Amino acid sequence: MTSTTGNQQPASTDQQNVTCTVNGSERSMFVPTERTLLDGLRDELGLTGSKKCCAEGECGACTILLDGRAVNSCLVLCSEADGREITTIEGLSQDGLSDLQEEFLNAGAVQCGFCIPGQVVSAEYLLRTNPEPSVEQIRESMSGNLCRCAGYERIVCAVQATAARRTCGHD
Amino acid sequence: MSKYYRPASVADALTALAAAGEGGRILVGGTDLIVGLRHHTLQPDLIVDLKNAQDLPTPITVTDAGVSIGPTFTMTELITHPVVQEWYPGLVEAAGSVGSVAIRNRASLVGNVCNGSPAADTAPPLLVLGASVTIASVDGERTVPMSEFFLGPRRTQCSPGQIVTQIHLPRPEDGSGSASRRLTRRRGVDIATVSVAAQVNADGKLLLGLGAVGPRPLLTGQTDPLALEDGPALIKVLDELLELATPISDVRSSREYRIATLRALTKRAVLTAANRRNNKEMAS
Repeated sequence: MTSTTGNQQPASTDQQNVTCTVNGSERSMFVPTERTLLDGLRDELGLTGSKKCCAEGECGACTILLDGRAVNSCLVLCSEADGREITTIEGLSQDGLSDLQEEFLNAGAVQCGFCIPGQVVSAEYLLRTNPEPSVEQIRESMSGNLCRCAGYERIVCAVQATAARRTCGHD
Repeated sequence: MSKYYRPASVADALTALAAAGEGGRILVGGTDLIVGLRHHTLQPDLIVDLKNAQDLPTPITVTDAGVSIGPTFTMTELITHPVVQEWYPGLVEAAGSVGSVAIRNRASLVGNVCNGSPAADTAPPLLVLGASVTIASVDGERTVPMSEFFLGPRRTQCSPGQIVTQIHLPRPEDGSGSASRRLTRRRGVDIATVSVAAQVNADGKLLLGLGAVGPRPLLTGQTDPLALEDGPALIKVLDELLELATPISDVRSSREYRIATLRALTKRAVLTAANRRNNKEMAS
């Protein structure tokens, strides 16, 4: 049986070498099996924008894009990310605040700020998959991102404003 | 400490799982497994990540006879698939209520079933739609009806060392309709307090699948043709069918509240399923 993976790891291991593309750059980690991608990003790679809150997929504060899809990084093992492409909140704002982040600020959607990186990544995924979402679709799509400051109305406004800005074609 | 293994083939996965026995766990979407790791309710010796096995059945196969779904097919892929939307609206409703967008982007249909929760959202519709499950082991493959798959809380026919490689759904009979309804405490990222799926065929014969009201997902027998427009008669039949439910009181609900809400949700599911028979309404 020949291995078809690019990575030449032995059959099963307690710790794994993981190489993935994070925000456009190749990054490597050597981590134990149980290490979640959230902890890997924060503790191994120093990318602390993704927040650790419930750590069981209920709050959305750790949302990232894995191969372009929004996922809870607390529910991904680092080892699963080997060979894959990751975008974190840092990657969405490499050239300064994104239009979406600006609209979050304009709408007054940011209060304590802890949930905002996850909110922004979820909203970015929504707008990439559905450029003109209805209010109902925004609420449904963002229902996995909790905000204990209860800034939901303003978060929805920020997403709507960004959608309008993008579809009008001015940046 | 768990070992991690990413086999390149199903045979490699089965060999490793057979050797690991009770200590082996399969990883696909991880939305149940990794929560268990975090809380130390699961401490497997070996985690077998199936996603790189090159010879897994294709994520979805559609034929005139029905649909077969492999282990890597996610909830998001399921609910956005046009044939699944047309043929199995009750399954789309249930899969679309799982967790959140981020959960559905990872969670798989096969994983939801194999986790064996009595509250698994997709179990009631799979039961009423007549699904079957193919289970592979080092000794070969077998296919069992979904109605026999669930044995008890967290226990299924897929034993340690085995892999569910496909779920098969027969094409629904012409003129039939399906629907699912569930109750949760909050809208996003919650587990069902009760859930129900209904399948009504062209003659008015009815099947119900029930979640979170017994030690495993439950399937009623099929009724005789029903006069669905006769409210009191329908309620009487539903009440008889719902005698199968044996809910308990727990953190999500009292037993009494489960019984009361199950009656209401069942009626809604049945009428929606019946309505879908003619006008081919699609789940949105």
